[in-house]
Amino acid sequence: MMFSGIAIKQTAVLRYLAIAGVMVLLGLNTAEMQGWQLIDIDTTGMLQFDAYALLLNAVLLASLLIYLLLSGSAMERIGNNLSDYLALLFFIGAGMMMVTAFESLLILFLGIEIITIPLYILTGSDKKNLKSNEASLKYFLLGAFSSGILLMGITLVYGARGSFALSGVADTIRMSSSLMIAGMLLLMIAMAFKVSAAPFHFWTPDVYDGAPTVFTSFMATVVKVAVFAAFIRLFDRSFALQFNAWQGWVAVLAALTLFIGNITAVFQQSVKRMLSYSSIAQAGFMLLAVFAMNTMAKEGLLLYAASYSLATIGIFAVLSRMKDYSFEAFNGMASRYPWVAAALAIFFLSLAGIPLTGGFMAKFYMIKAALGQSLWLALFALLMAAVSIYYYFRVIQAMYFKPVAQSDPLAFDNGFTGMLLGVAVLVIVLGVFPEWLIGCLYF
Amino acid sequence: MIALLIVLIPLLGGIFSFGTRANKKAADLVFMLFTAGLLTLTLLGLTIFNDPTLYRFSAPWLSSLGSSFSLLLDPLAKVLCLLTALVYFLLALYMNGKSVQKPAAFYGWLLLAQAGMMGVFLATDGLLFYFCWELALIPMYFLSSIWGGARRIAVTFKFFIYTFLGSVLMLAGLIYLQSQTPDQSFALSALLKVKLSTAQQSWLLWLFLPAFAIKLPLFPFHTWQPDTYEEAPTPVTAVLSAVMVKMGVLGLLRWLLPFFPLAAYQWGDVIMGLAVGGIVYASLIAWRQDDLKRLVAYSSIAHIGLMGAAAFAANLASLQGLCFQLFAHGINILGMWLVVDVIERNLGTRKISELGGLASHSPALTFFTIIIALANIALPLTNGFVGELLMFTGLLATKSNFAWVLTVTAGLGIILSAVYTLGMIRSVFFGESNAVTSRPINLSIQEQLVLIVIVVMILVFGIYPQPMLDVTAGYTDQLFRQIDISYLFRKF
Repeated sequence: MMFSGIAIKQTAVLRYLAIAGVMVLLGLNTAEMQGWQLIDIDTTGMLQFDAYALLLNAVLLASLLIYLLLSGSAMERIGNNLSDYLALLFFIGAGMMMVTAFESLLILFLGIEIITIPLYILTGSDKKNLKSNEASLKYFLLGAFSSGILLMGITLVYGARGSFALSGVADTIRMSSSLMIAGMLLLMIAMAFKVSAAPFHFWTPDVYDGAPTVFTSFMATVVKVAVFAAFIRLFDRSFALQFNAWQGWVAVLAALTLFIGNITAVFQQSVKRMLSYSSIAQAGFMLLAVFAMNTMAKEGLLLYAASYSLATIGIFAVLSRMKDYSFEAFNGMASRYPWVAAALAIFFLSLAGIPLTGGFMAKFYMIKAALGQSLWLALFALLMAAVSIYYYFRVIQAMYFKPVAQSDPLAFDNGFTGMLLGVAVLVIVLGVFPEWLIGCLYF
Repeated sequence: MIALLIVLIPLLGGIFSFGTRANKKAADLVFMLFTAGLLTLTLLGLTIFNDPTLYRFSAPWLSSLGSSFSLLLDPLAKVLCLLTALVYFLLALYMNGKSVQKPAAFYGWLLLAQAGMMGVFLATDGLLFYFCWELALIPMYFLSSIWGGARRIAVTFKFFIYTFLGSVLMLAGLIYLQSQTPDQSFALSALLKVKLSTAQQSWLLWLFLPAFAIKLPLFPFHTWQPDTYEEAPTPVTAVLSAVMVKMGVLGLLRWLLPFFPLAAYQWGDVIMGLAVGGIVYASLIAWRQDDLKRLVAYSSIAHIGLMGAAAFAANLASLQGLCFQLFAHGINILGMWLVVDVIERNLGTRKISELGGLASHSPALTFFTIIIALANIALPLTNGFVGELLMFTGLLATKSNFAWVLTVTAGLGIILSAVYTLGMIRSVFFGESNAVTSRPINLSIQEQLVLIVIVVMILVFGIYPQPMLDVTAGYTDQLFRQIDISYLFRKF
């Protein structure tokens, strides 16, 4: 991909090449899910592609595909190196595949690094924009810091266990040694950094806001989902015996994240920044899955991943074609571009958790998973969901109820509108028949 | 099958209506056709096609979550579906010939709201109930925010968030209940069998109650209502007031009282006290109102307060009165809203201080209005009297130490309703007429027809209420046995 940039100068061809590549990957993944092993590489037990990992990979690849289809053309406007951006996206994809299926802590670290280092580059890719440079530096510094914590945690756990494998032999003997607990807490902190859980979220708004909107879209959705997958896999496999030790901490993380994410989002004046805080709030909901750690939680995370990614990618796709990111820029969109406005309305309704959309079903699964463990956390999460309605509906209100603002016409061609509507239909299908997705786990 | 059709027809009608964007007349026609069709279907379904197998519909939906798409037309649903179909048809008749901006979208949203509300009335599956409960809200949000008055956007937003907050608490309660069923099912029958201690019932009651108390509205959860009713366009207000409110009552009767009878008894005093206090509170405020719409809104809170108290009074008389009043209040309040709309359309003002002396120039309107107003006051010979008499009897007989206090306070509310309603009649229709009101209001054929139908129903059901009472007699018996404390303890 990277080297194709030398030969091919037309951006459209590069884009189609990338899309074709993702389709091939998706096809291979589906084949693997059906049980056909096309290429068998012995990974000496470091990678294990179980059904859950494969389905998550499928969701991630599908989100990447939709992302490329919707936002591919917006990437061209950032710089001259479209082929490099696409190549970096594929590298991140490789990292994501590693991080959903790891069996060794080393692979976890490797995968996280492979995901984040290209992201530092992509964040700063708008070289002339000061905000972009600042965001990139901030991301790099804090990312390196949290990777250091990750490594320290891995080291301590290795010291306690004697091996990098997820379920070590020495577990039953040294279950709650202070070395183990310390390592576990450090790992939790590092993962909380990566998924932007409060109080480790402070890098997120600036980085998401400074990065070019196209790449914010990717970061806020696909990458976040992949890291959550890593989070859940780590704590499910590796620290299942210490459940009581870390469950309380995750509850605190979830509650703080929900509170800070939602309350701060209410006060935002820029839609892009609002969406960054909203992604923090949604991460809070996904943390409920880590908190509960039962079958319903894992199925719910899958559904949450799919619906949240689709909705946010769609919203960012529209946002990346607009110059003005304030709420007023959306005024009267329903009268000028009714289908785009309708699709956007469905996306926002899904993020808010209104029934009939995938977002509601996802929240439902999360609440159901969490209710069995803690009534208060579930109630708190629901209350915060009610708060989130305020800032999600502000856009819907601007689109449908406010008069049209005088501004330049936006570029929404028919192909884009059609694809956007297709994604919106997918969101509704997930909302009415979520079992079509979840059933794929158990075929 | 009939149950499915009752939900499907307005749904299809709504989607259809959005498609008639180009042609104004087509939108009117579609609305009229679909509402008339639904009314015919409902009437036929209740009379000729009386087969109980047609009243059930069940389809698998989310089997891994224990939820199925099941509908049932039980007697309570019969009354409410008939009311909804009738209210909508009368509205269609009334709106015929009147212009409204963007009629395709307006009627489309109205029909979609009707589909949602029918779904709430018919659902016998907890998740489906929640779905329809929320979905009925979205069309109202769009209707009020686009076609409403000056402060519509902020006011409707407040209404939406407030209602959503209540619903979300109910969702938590529902999920908890479902987790306690042996087969993890959301079906009403399964949820009813869950054995709960009184303590559990108590906090579950307070999870479910806000949703219904906000919807009704019950004092002190009523603060969204006067503004929302005032800012919404009057046909939408009529639907909100006549039909959507009944969603809250159905919630109490089907999804709260049978689940938590012990807790309902324990907290009954508090809740009835709040409801009855709300009657007096709202009536006093209604007395001071200058704006006709706000007056009718507060009057509606007062009537609903009595209905809420009757639900928690939990004896046969109050329940029968409640079921009857569901229909009666729907018709009466629809009449009031239509009268307010006629006055506003023709004279351009809703302020009582600017009106007066309508009787001498618009005798027909005065005649209809007075009968509807008397029905609101619950004068004997009107349907309002039957319902309220039964509810008062029930309130007096309730198993509470404060039965007398509650009844007397509620009675005070009725006296106050006479005060403000008759006061409004005197100020608006009698007295000196001014430049504005000396224009005669000539009712169109459609408006006359609608008002005649309403007045006829008021009088007929006031004089001969037995058929309507018979419809719900068996249902109230069964409900009584589910929630009456002495009966429950006798069983053990």
